[in-house]
Amino acid sequence: MATPRISGIISRSLSLSAAIVLVESNINNYLAGNISSLRTAAAALKNPITPPVRINHTQLLINGKFVDSVSGKTFPTLDPRTGQVIANVAEGDAEDINRAVAAARKAFDEGPWPKMTAHERSRVLLRFADLVDKHIDELAALETWNNGKPYEHAAKIDVPGVARLFRYYAGWADKIHGLTVPADGPYNVQTLHEPIGVAGQIIPWNFPLAMLAWKIAPAIVTGNTVVLKPAEQTPLTALYAAKLLHEAGLPPGVLNIVPGYGPTAGAALASHMDVDKIAFTGSTDTGKIVQELAAKSNLKPVTLELGGKSPFIVFEDANIDMAVEQAHMALFFNQGQCCAAGSRTFIHEHVYDEFLEKAKARAQRCTVGDPFQKGIEQGPQIDTEQFEKILRYIRSGIESNATLECGGDRIGSQGYYIQPTVFSNVKDDMLIAQDEIFGPVQTILKFKDVDEVIKRANTTRYGLAAGVFTKNIDTANTLTRALRVGTVWVNCYYVFDVTIPFGGYKMSGYGREKGIYNLHHYLQVKAVVTPLENPAWL
Amino acid sequence: MASRRISGVISRSLSLRPLSSSIVSQGNRSSLVHRFTTAAALEEPITPSVRVHDTQLLINGKFVDSASGKTFPTLDPRTGEVIANVAEGDAEDIDRAVAAARKAFDEGPWPKMTAYERSRILLRFADLVDQHNDDLAALETWDNGKPYLQSAETEVPMFSRLFRYYAGWADKIHGLTVPADGPYHVQTLHEPIGVAGQIIPWNFPLLMFAWKVGPALATGNTIVLKTAEQTPLTALYAARLLHEAGLPPGVLNVVSGYGPTAGAALAGHMDVDKIAFTGSTDTGKIVHELAAKSNLKPATLELGGKSPFIVCEDADIDKAVEQAHFALFFNQGQCCCAGSRTFVHERVYDEFLEKAKARAQSRSVGDPFQKGIEQGPQIDSEQYEKILRYIKSGIESNATLECGGDKVGSKGYYIQPTVFSNVKDDMLIAQDEIFGPVQSILKFKELPEVIKRANTTRYGLAAGVFTQNIDVANTLSRALRAGTVWVNCFDVFDAAIPFGGYKMSGIGREKGVYSLNNYLQVKAVVTSLKNPAWL
Repeated sequence: MATPRISGIISRSLSLSAAIVLVESNINNYLAGNISSLRTAAAALKNPITPPVRINHTQLLINGKFVDSVSGKTFPTLDPRTGQVIANVAEGDAEDINRAVAAARKAFDEGPWPKMTAHERSRVLLRFADLVDKHIDELAALETWNNGKPYEHAAKIDVPGVARLFRYYAGWADKIHGLTVPADGPYNVQTLHEPIGVAGQIIPWNFPLAMLAWKIAPAIVTGNTVVLKPAEQTPLTALYAAKLLHEAGLPPGVLNIVPGYGPTAGAALASHMDVDKIAFTGSTDTGKIVQELAAKSNLKPVTLELGGKSPFIVFEDANIDMAVEQAHMALFFNQGQCCAAGSRTFIHEHVYDEFLEKAKARAQRCTVGDPFQKGIEQGPQIDTEQFEKILRYIRSGIESNATLECGGDRIGSQGYYIQPTVFSNVKDDMLIAQDEIFGPVQTILKFKDVDEVIKRANTTRYGLAAGVFTKNIDTANTLTRALRVGTVWVNCYYVFDVTIPFGGYKMSGYGREKGIYNLHHYLQVKAVVTPLENPAWL
Repeated sequence: MASRRISGVISRSLSLRPLSSSIVSQGNRSSLVHRFTTAAALEEPITPSVRVHDTQLLINGKFVDSASGKTFPTLDPRTGEVIANVAEGDAEDIDRAVAAARKAFDEGPWPKMTAYERSRILLRFADLVDQHNDDLAALETWDNGKPYLQSAETEVPMFSRLFRYYAGWADKIHGLTVPADGPYHVQTLHEPIGVAGQIIPWNFPLLMFAWKVGPALATGNTIVLKTAEQTPLTALYAARLLHEAGLPPGVLNVVSGYGPTAGAALAGHMDVDKIAFTGSTDTGKIVHELAAKSNLKPATLELGGKSPFIVCEDADIDKAVEQAHFALFFNQGQCCCAGSRTFVHERVYDEFLEKAKARAQSRSVGDPFQKGIEQGPQIDSEQYEKILRYIKSGIESNATLECGGDKVGSKGYYIQPTVFSNVKDDMLIAQDEIFGPVQSILKFKELPEVIKRANTTRYGLAAGVFTQNIDVANTLSRALRAGTVWVNCFDVFDAAIPFGGYKMSGIGREKGVYSLNNYLQVKAVVTSLKNPAWL
């Protein structure tokens, strides 16, 4: 997962001529944030800003209707700024998954969705994208309220990214081509690329809307129907977006949303015998469980987007100021809650001291505070569990004798705010250099030569992404091929355009999302062979 | 799996102008005479015209004993007697093989050679296979029991055909350049995935080797291949030829052994980057679980089937009878894509049944080395007993046994071509994969009914449709939830045609362009642009 295109826009506006004025003003706000120190931001945390949005949808969405869970149970969804309840949301369990799958099954088997023309399907997606643009402020406010990410990110990056992505996939609807296939004898052979059926999709809390878009758009554009389980931390925007999709003309049953927990609703979905495909984004450990459940049930094919510990490699010939800024963004963006976070910052020894000094200064300038406040770069972490885990990793870094350059503690006494934290002198065998921390903790490592850094960068069970900063084309080309990762950003990071495939090598998962590569995860290939009588050619 | 192109060639030679193997079609005719004389010949099996050279594990380019020193016997299905004792690989041998494959991948030379050089090796290998056609065919028949002419005229030639096909792909692995929304240059690299673990079955030992090894090698990966314990011999022979053709040591390692030991070690190995398995659905689930529990290696699975063969009332009945017979009985019925539910329209049911029964009764069963034999023995005692149990189950559930139903002779694993009529959907013989020479004939009335019944199965591997009506053909082609639909033909297995399953028949596609991405990782490379001339 990680940031959608929007983060790309941020990085662009920092390092290149900014195409988007709004974001540029955003960055000016960041710079203004230099003045407001952590302390002043902390003071503001006591009185959180009231979000300008009402919560309308807290029930399950099954077969086009908002309904209570079968058990009648609900669970609270919390504001990460305070830990207080935003709303109580219907809690889906196995029985609700059954209902949702039955609705999706019917909408697939009997139609109308896969029996509509691709053009009609694309029109629904396009109308939805327009509705997203219309409701951008509500969606962004809800996203920030539920997730804690800066409102400006939600409004300028996450939500526009959803509309952008749906328009992209709408364009694919009528471009799903099969092949005609050469045969060795008198046969006409063709392949049909068919929808796979009912897709189960489980999405995480770090980019609730973007992850919803990455999953749903390619599935429904290819004629499938969907049962989606959002993360229990962030169920609200998925319900809102799903309502808009129905307003745009999506028939009932095509998209069903079941908020709930992983071990109950999630497990029921992954192991359901009537679900034809499962896609999951989340941790590697949970990903393994999802694949096991798929194997034990009906062998549904799985796509997994999992964890990472991505290297960010700065060579001595790099533009250091740009590298510092990009390395900062690569780690701290979205409160550090990105699987593709550049969480091992490898710096060539000749530029290490300069880089470290500037990286530390940059982290110290990072504005932390109420994400609804203008100019804030970093909001609270998602919940108490993640918050505690990150603080434990910080302690582990200190205990293993990494040098704590700045940060290292929580901010305020309310909510889940953590100081932007930088460790230097990090060694490969330290826990903070091996585990996915998923928080605002930058770990800076020193290297001497290309072969060494390739080896160290690849010595991880993960393989999601990498950043390479160099002016030398040979170095760039060597690293690009040698790094065992799904995305290599050269002199940039977090460029997440819809066309660029994203996914992992090794235990970062398998399959690719976005771009043309995502389509075949939702298509079956059927070969159709017919004999030819007296063919004119073979 | 199931029959490759060869079976396509057989079917062609039966139903169309013969393309290549006139011998095979002659064989089918002479079989009419042999039908009742063959059983006597089973007592004295023909001595195969080939010597067994290679019985050790092939690791890092060398034939070696297993770490434990253990061996297991591989048996002649004609007699149940030992052909040879073969080194028995276990977890420790898999470790050694993976280490060799890892080194050959990480340090090269294989993925660091040009694609053209890799393709040359595959082409040289194909030439060697052609040169050794008779030895390979004899060994295949000896170890597996399939008719020698099928091995020699269809399967071994298809084996070299497949390697030439994949050799051609080696230098055609294109990534994309990708349009961006801003000043970025974006490209995708399609890279080899690394060390591939591959586990193949016993029903088409050489062809399954080609389906697995061909695309993996063409795309620059290295391999540890575990063969089926019933049929280890031809893989070792072929792997030796591959090394003669110039394959560097460690690129292809072949470990003979059992599933729960060697197979599980491979599927659960932390240094294996990809696993491909062909076999039963139950074992496929275990393979997928082991992949999940270890390092989440992606899995391609080609599993079981219970494929419908649908004969509509307007079909050419004689052709449909012959193809339905072939769809089920080919390779002793040991094909995952066997047309094992023969749905016949009620208006042509009686005619079809009479002819299908006559065709089965004329099928010649006997020593697969004998000319004109259509059906050899089943692979082993376990399969043989299982098939006989299913026949009993069919009788007990009141299906009508039209012919066959028993073993042939007292030696080896021969079973009579068996036809059941009046089969109902809820009978075990209409639901389970029998994997033997047992045809189940079911009656249907109308199209929506047969679509529903054909799709009511956990499998979705293939289907046959016989009709002259283009609307019926098009409706069924789309409605059937199966990876291959053969219209007025069956078992056409050209190298370019993708093969694989819907539902619990597996995940992924083999053969054709579709097989390549099983062995490729996609890497997006994004570089910032300064003052681009265009976007």
